[in-house]
Amino acid sequence: MRVNVIVNGEPRQADNVWEGESLLYVLRERLGLAGSKNACEQGECGSCTVYLDGVPACACLVAAGQAEGREVRTVEGLADGEQLDPIQESFVECGAVQCGFCTPGLLVTAHDLVARTEKPSDAEIREALAGNLCRCTGYEKILDAVRLAAARKEHA
Amino acid sequence: MTRPAPARSPQEPADTVTGGIGTSPLRPDGTLKVRGEFAYSSDLWHEDMLWGATLRSPHPHARIVRLDVSRALAQPGVHAVLTHEDVPGENLYGLKYQDTPALAEDRVRYQGEPVAILAADHPEIARQALKHIVVEYEVLEPVTDPERAAHDETLPKLHPGGNLVRYQRIVKGDPETKADVVVSGVYEIGMQDQAFLGPESGLAVPDDDGGVDLYLATQWLHVDQKQTARALGLPPEKVRLTLSGVGGAFGGREDLSMQIHSCLLALRTGRPVKMVYNREESFFGHVHRHPAKMYYEHGATREGDLVYVRARLYFDGGAYASKTPVVVGNGTTLSVGPYNVPNAKIEGWGVYSNNPTCGAMRGLGAVQPTYAYESQMDKLAAALGMDPADLRIRNAMSEGSTNVTGQLVDFPAPVAELIQRLKDMPLPPERGEDADIRDLPGGASNVTHGEGVVRGVGYGVTIKNISYAEGLDDYSTARVRLQVLGGEPVAMVHTAAAEVGQGLVTLQQQIARTELGVPRVTVHPADTSVGDAGSSSASRQTYVTGGAVRNACRAVADAVYSLAERRLGRSATGMSLAGGKIVAADGEVVASLVDLLGEEIVEETREFHHRKTYPLDPETGQGDAHVQYGFSAHRAVVDVDVELGLVKVVQLDCAQDVGKAMNPDAVIGQIQGGSAQGLGLAVMEEIQVVDGKVRNPSFTDYLIPTVLDMPPMRIAVLERPDPHAPYGVRGVGEPPTISSTPAVANAIRAATGLELPRVPIRPEHITGT
Ligand code: FES
Ligand code: FES
Repeated sequence: MRVNVIVNGEPRQADNVWEGESLLYVLRERLGLAGSKNACEQGECGSCTVYLDGVPACACLVAAGQAEGREVRTVEGLADGEQLDPIQESFVECGAVQCGFCTPGLLVTAHDLVARTEKPSDAEIREALAGNLCRCTGYEKILDAVRLAAARKEHA
Repeated sequence: MTRPAPARSPQEPADTVTGGIGTSPLRPDGTLKVRGEFAYSSDLWHEDMLWGATLRSPHPHARIVRLDVSRALAQPGVHAVLTHEDVPGENLYGLKYQDTPALAEDRVRYQGEPVAILAADHPEIARQALKHIVVEYEVLEPVTDPERAAHDETLPKLHPGGNLVRYQRIVKGDPETKADVVVSGVYEIGMQDQAFLGPESGLAVPDDDGGVDLYLATQWLHVDQKQTARALGLPPEKVRLTLSGVGGAFGGREDLSMQIHSCLLALRTGRPVKMVYNREESFFGHVHRHPAKMYYEHGATREGDLVYVRARLYFDGGAYASKTPVVVGNGTTLSVGPYNVPNAKIEGWGVYSNNPTCGAMRGLGAVQPTYAYESQMDKLAAALGMDPADLRIRNAMSEGSTNVTGQLVDFPAPVAELIQRLKDMPLPPERGEDADIRDLPGGASNVTHGEGVVRGVGYGVTIKNISYAEGLDDYSTARVRLQVLGGEPVAMVHTAAAEVGQGLVTLQQQIARTELGVPRVTVHPADTSVGDAGSSSASRQTYVTGGAVRNACRAVADAVYSLAERRLGRSATGMSLAGGKIVAADGEVVASLVDLLGEEIVEETREFHHRKTYPLDPETGQGDAHVQYGFSAHRAVVDVDVELGLVKVVQLDCAQDVGKAMNPDAVIGQIQGGSAQGLGLAVMEEIQVVDGKVRNPSFTDYLIPTVLDMPPMRIAVLERPDPHAPYGVRGVGEPPTISSTPAVANAIRAATGLELPRVPIRPEHITGT
């Protein structure tokens, strides 16, 4: 089948898509957007998190056909050209990235939290990120990064 | 025609960050990673590539009676189906012993063992085609009890030499001596998984010379190259490996997974072949942490001085040897912990079984005994009526101590100070009536309002050997080039050392900036076109590859000084490099590098070998087996809901000596991440194996700590330089994983008064149901 999706603001088309292919597979293997990661492909780790019509979702759990005509924003679409999004900047600055495999999914989740919550409390940050696994960092620096991005937004 | 490298590889990290050793420059790969542009091994892509897939045994132990691939090969879109008969070279590989078939021949020894592989146009075609491969098995009784495997000669022999991989005994002083106070216990530890997030994956690209290029995520390019070439029947130089982005490793990428298979398929089909394991396959496709059963007896004087330790340790290595010999070596030599023990008798067995194969994982061989001896230390403190931290301080080893194998500790060993640091840290405030319900055990699921919740505090202390031991020449190689590019002096560092997420690329730049006094340093992608760097494991890369980069930089600097001497007629004595200039002993600027070098390129390659170690005596276990030790200590505070058996770790503090903090932020990152893995082992992480079969190969059922499970940490980093190590460094990566497990377990015991002789501690262990 043919699938049409608006990815990071651009209409994209994928041909010969199989029944059963996930949005994640279409993004990674057919559209060349490998930023969303494939750590479990079962909806457990959050590495593949993207915005689907503005709401964070696990791309591995979305059938390609379900995405027809919808808007997808991936980690590749967070930065404004060369300019990183504040959440991306704070991840780099706080050392929240080690191997970085969890990073794209965490960034989308954290981006959403910071966008919709003013001054998130620690408990709120933890609750929001609880669906994203990271095996390297122990999360402390990721929490720092989200706090920093939220604080910067407040002062912006 | 030579095929181009895959799209999205290799990486080109930013080279604009600055900062020498002892500072915390940003990672050069950070920006790529947050943009989603960093190419991990599962992201590699090549026009006209095929997808590989692996057929795995459903049985832990079986004879293969018939294997027929013809129907699978006839499926549309399938390009090759291969079995052991298609392995042109040796069908056996292994890190220590060559005992692991690339593809099973007449017998399978664990559930998930690879039996056949195929390549197809689409991953789904590949997966479906696997179902058309016919394998008839004669199912055999699995060997699953490691203690029996060590002693019961009537069990089936899984390998020609029997079921024992290694036995090691250590005898010190008079092990039969008596003591005033004696405590004993039997401890068990479940099978932990590395659970790195980036799946095993890579892309093999055949070349016209009959060789193959493999782009992959690994911990040690050269050992993979050697093993893969042997299986392919090719000389190593025709099997070229390049590191692509690695999504964590933790030991799980030391053994081969898809390396031989993807190359076989690429060579057979003449097309690039990509293999990517899914999460379930990843659980079957890599080795795990050895589960263990440990019998311990400690004797002490009434004053609290250790008199003896007697221990018997059984490590389940599973189907193939992998790193089991090293686990037995580390496990026995580190079995009494960072404590002075005059008398000891330690025995360790590593065995084959039909359980999943176990090998390297962060803290290799030290995790198991540390959990046991730290449990014993608390038991002993209770028997003596002493404070557990004081008992540990009283017995702590220090510089000048002799360990259980008779080796002198001739470098700082601030064990007592680490424990004291933790003791001096404030405890978190008592839980008030108005505690946020999300902070209680059970979290947001509102299972308690604080009733039935008790608090406990526990300590864990460990010693871990750094680098490879027992006589291995464990070296690294670095090539460093200095030249003028775009009117600026630029250094380029090239090693085969694997950046697995720990920050090695940053560190190589820091060293080169410090040694060569130039701000711009690029790091060449790691590949096998430069000499061996050894493995990114055993907390060794900063030490060994750091040492090699330093040596190569110093050789480059010396070449620059000779050039200055020749060209400018100045004595090279006392010259140094700073700010892109050559500075004489008296501080006068001799020349700028730009002027001196002009078009000239200075390039040097150097190795670093750490000081020699020696094998253990097979009878007494005595010997100078280790290069260096890392030490860390944790204090955990837990809240336990004794009615439901739920645990919330409230605070987890750590003190560690790192010799020299080369990159202080990265050191903290290692401590935080390692501590989380140790916490996971204490309360949730276990591959559950029943009759040789894995019950939970998914992230739904194998639990790793989330952000809700990790408490805040206070961290004290000590810097007591090791005079034998480059810059005084001491390996950092492993110790924090090791000591956090017993700290959490001891805290749960302190809260509940229960024995809890097994980790992970499950709710039913606490509620007794
Ligand atoms: S890859 Fe989608 S949740 Fe893990
Ligand atoms: S940084 Fe490696 S998984 Fe999060």
